[in-house]
Amino acid sequence: MKLLRCPVNGARPVSEFVYGGEVREMPGDACTDAEWADYVFNRSGIPGVKIEWWYHVASGTWFLAKRDVAADHVLQTWLPGEEVPE
Amino acid sequence: MAYQLLRFALASRHPETRMFRTPDRLGETYDVVVIGAGGHGLAAAYYLARDHGVRKVAVLDRGYIGGGNTGRNTTIIRSNYLTPEGVAFYDQSVSLWQDLAQDFDLNLFYSTRGHYTLAHTDSAVRTMRWRAEVNKHLGVRSELVGPEEVKRACPRIDLDCGGHAPILGALFHAPGAIARHDAVAWGYGRGASQRGVEIHQQTEVTGIDVEAGRVKGVHTTRGYVSTRKVLCAVAGFTPRVTHMVGIRTPIYVHPLQAMVSEPMKPWLDPILVSGSLHVYVSQSARGELVMGASLDPYEVQSTRSTLDFTEGLAAHMLDMFPFLSHVRVNRQWAGMADMTPDFAPVMGKTPVEGFYLDAGWGTWGFKATPVCGKTMSYTVATDRTHELIRAFSLSRFERYELTGEKGAASVGH
Repeated sequence: MKLLRCPVNGARPVSEFVYGGEVREMPGDACTDAEWADYVFNRSGIPGVKIEWWYHVASGTWFLAKRDVAADHVLQTWLPGEEVPE
Repeated sequence: MAYQLLRFALASRHPETRMFRTPDRLGETYDVVVIGAGGHGLAAAYYLARDHGVRKVAVLDRGYIGGGNTGRNTTIIRSNYLTPEGVAFYDQSVSLWQDLAQDFDLNLFYSTRGHYTLAHTDSAVRTMRWRAEVNKHLGVRSELVGPEEVKRACPRIDLDCGGHAPILGALFHAPGAIARHDAVAWGYGRGASQRGVEIHQQTEVTGIDVEAGRVKGVHTTRGYVSTRKVLCAVAGFTPRVTHMVGIRTPIYVHPLQAMVSEPMKPWLDPILVSGSLHVYVSQSARGELVMGASLDPYEVQSTRSTLDFTEGLAAHMLDMFPFLSHVRVNRQWAGMADMTPDFAPVMGKTPVEGFYLDAGWGTWGFKATPVCGKTMSYTVATDRTHELIRAFSLSRFERYELTGEKGAASVGH
């Protein structure tokens, strides 16, 4: 079983987590319909290291993870608002 | 047999003609470059040469023929989808499948089995009814049947599914079939090759030249070729190729895993699918159970497989078939599924002139192989979007006109 480190609860089986998708910048109110569609639908589909939302279901914790999506290696996890750990 | 062996032993050259010609070098220029020598890419090349007279076609692949999702799916062919666009499209595909073996003079082991989608809840029964009515309205043979009919078609099934997911009914789709997936790629490849198409394996595309919004040429690991038309049919590699031409798409890549059991005597005639238990299963001509489940729950861009998947799928298989508890799993694998937000493909023209996409085929691409080849070859040859694929254009997202195809494999609804 693969383990993922929740910033609050430590290493837990990955089956306790839900993937929340890549972190994306929401455009402001003044954006065009096309910009909004780009935000809603389009994704950076290429492999690489991405920052993603993850959710620990058992404790209700949303947090951020830096993960290599080709190798499936999680490099870091932290809570929103926290300094990104080195 | 003995004579055959002798003939092969005594011959100084291989006495049988090869399935494909292997050209030793890339040409300098082609009318069309197809990226991806899977079923979809080879089918498009085949119909380009056969129906549209476009002969100067090169099919490039970083690996080998049929080595991607063409050889990784669970070979199910059906057309019991939910949207009228989807049903019309897949039904055309099913009818093309039925004489493909004649067309190729190659045995595809096309086997019509009947396809049951099991419903374990009232809401699933309601959806099955809806799909059955949409299908019947469009002339596709589907109907809602009760649990006794499931039991009759598959006497070994436990209708209670271990007590926690009793089967309340099923959507029965008579034309549901399976076929030997490698042979599909080989058949299209041979047919294309005989008509002058060049298939270059182990030739990875590293870049695409675009000038003034038009495709100019393709850089590969074996040199540069100039072309005005590129068809991208690379499944899970689609985002890497669209990145080369600067197009953003809604495609995201999740692995889809599958496995087969050891071979046994034939006992399972129909194809069974359970959305609630995340199982689809059929028995191959070799006697192996071919089993698949739902997508992995998060993005991974590799073909790694996991023990979690095997354990989960095996547990659900035992809910349906407790007598299989001593059967062993022979092998497992994964494919990279190029998913879209509305579970419908992305096909046709793109903002880059001369760059055509046949993508977003996620978990439902194998059954569409012939009709994709037909419609994409038309679109590439004439530069006009084929009628059957209008609903699948990339621009539907910026127009907020999604197709909403939820009849796809292992998608809950």
